[in-house]
Amino acid sequence: MKAFLMFVRKEFYHIFRDPRTLLILFGMPVALVALFGFALTNEIKNADVAVLDFDKGVHARQVQQRLFSSGYFGLRDYATSYLDVAAAFRQGHVKLAVVFPVGFSADLDHLGHAQVQLVADASDQNTAISLVNYASTIIRSYAQEQARPTGPAGPRVEAVSRLYFNPEMKAAYTFVPGTMALILLLVSAMLTSITIAREKETGTMEVLLVSPMRQLPILLGKILPYFLLSFINGLVILGLGVWALHIPQRGSLGLLIAETLLYIFVALALGVLISTRAASQQTAMLTSMLSLLLPTLILSGFLFPIASMPVPLQLLSNVIPARPYIVVLKGIMIKGLGLRELWRETLTLAGMGTALLLLALASLKNHLA
Amino acid sequence: MTEQPIKNPAGPVIKCEGLTKRFGTFVAVNAISFEVAAGEIFGFLGANGAGKTTAMRMLCGLLGPTEGMATVAGFDVFRQPELIKQHIGYMSQKFSLYEDLTVRENIRFYGGVYGLKTVDIRQKTDELLRRLGLEAERDTLVGALPLGWKQKLAFSVALLHTPAVVFLDEPTGGVDPITRRQFWDLIYEAAALGTTVFITTHYMDEAEYCDRVSIMVDGKIEALDTPAGLKKHFSVGAMDEVFLHLARGAKNQE
Repeated sequence: MKAFLMFVRKEFYHIFRDPRTLLILFGMPVALVALFGFALTNEIKNADVAVLDFDKGVHARQVQQRLFSSGYFGLRDYATSYLDVAAAFRQGHVKLAVVFPVGFSADLDHLGHAQVQLVADASDQNTAISLVNYASTIIRSYAQEQARPTGPAGPRVEAVSRLYFNPEMKAAYTFVPGTMALILLLVSAMLTSITIAREKETGTMEVLLVSPMRQLPILLGKILPYFLLSFINGLVILGLGVWALHIPQRGSLGLLIAETLLYIFVALALGVLISTRAASQQTAMLTSMLSLLLPTLILSGFLFPIASMPVPLQLLSNVIPARPYIVVLKGIMIKGLGLRELWRETLTLAGMGTALLLLALASLKNHLA
Repeated sequence: MTEQPIKNPAGPVIKCEGLTKRFGTFVAVNAISFEVAAGEIFGFLGANGAGKTTAMRMLCGLLGPTEGMATVAGFDVFRQPELIKQHIGYMSQKFSLYEDLTVRENIRFYGGVYGLKTVDIRQKTDELLRRLGLEAERDTLVGALPLGWKQKLAFSVALLHTPAVVFLDEPTGGVDPITRRQFWDLIYEAAALGTTVFITTHYMDEAEYCDRVSIMVDGKIEALDTPAGLKKHFSVGAMDEVFLHLARGAKNQE
């Protein structure tokens, strides 16, 4: 036990005397969360819109009011002809044009339905689709309100869509849990992978193996300091998510922290496994970057929905530790779920951690002795 | 630091009989047999690839032998590798200290790893620093010390827990002859207090300093005697010639 404590203390010396390690540990996460949280969003806010109103009736005016008070759209141009609209698109200063045909208000009053034309700049197709969807939703809801009192009698079936948990469609809700999972994994795995590779490079690992210290305490002694520091890191990222990016925290904080600790343990065990195989610090760093960054980005469900992937990739996504953790994060924070709903993901994480640690132990025996 | 003499079990401190290690079909160590007495300085020579490192790893309890038997400090390498580890010291060419830790932190760390009491560690640290003349450097990072000092410090740290045997794997690589000579003074001191020294080296002048020398070729021990005995047997004037005579016939060379 004393040897173990000495070992842990030594690891802390290594960490606090190496500015590079400290930078990766505390600088990188904050920078990445800020980047993903604020800059990389697919949210729509005050998109520039041109209006071409041939109708000039009361309904056309009210629809415009709805659109511009929603916060998603901002009036940029009031066009007088199609030529104006085309010119605005060419210059690129509007993303969407709303065209009210002649007789729009009269049609809505007398026939109960009318048409609006939405023209979007599809050179950026994702934005175009979102803009059209947002605008159609607003216009449809207006039309329904107007139609109800005067509409024909009898049952009318309407498809009403409602966005659960995230009615405002905030992008931060998807990005922040994914980013948290990515960063905790990268930072934890990268740092532990470097630390063992460094001892191999300097020859001190040989001396440790010849010493009476067993392999398991060596591995755990390597993991423990990073475990504590990564945990602080995790809290910082959670805090950023909740206070700076306004992610709700609806579930149990204790469970959230426990799951985060479990996930950090998985990441650290992964780092140890990489480092037992890597001969140098550089190899360790590159391996952990390449083998963790891309698969986590692509296969964790962070950027692309898993359900729409080909089956082999879906199967592969099961071994990505970030996948269950993202489910857990979203479950606890956004949906307010508890362990009763999330036990499967929790077990998966625990299983991964144990398996990785055992693999690392076996690998340490084979590759160093 | 070994103020009190080492308590050795009766008989040889290292004993090998037909010790063999095979990796697949390749025989790295081929049935070597020898004994090393307490307090002896035993030179373990051989070209790169002759099997020295593999043999040494088996004796340190790092690698299980395929066949044969060996005991170190009275413990069996097959069944008691963890007990062996408590009774040996080890130092390699890479001098095995942490460069980003101070002299004192390194000593304290290795003391802790070998289970020494805090009081003992403190006392041994003072003794050790005084003997090496490093008292002024106790809070200097090891990385800032000259290579010769690092090696002396590493050797003293390897003896901190008064092991029965200390294994030195090419400990003097890359230092000048004067520093090497000073390093050997430390080795003699340790041996005089009863520590058995098992050393590999490529410097033939160092081979002359050993009590007995074995030369490994292709996994087998081809010669084992005192340096004077070997020179006489091959009727040559220097250890250099003995080594070249034997190593030239080797098949496994790196």
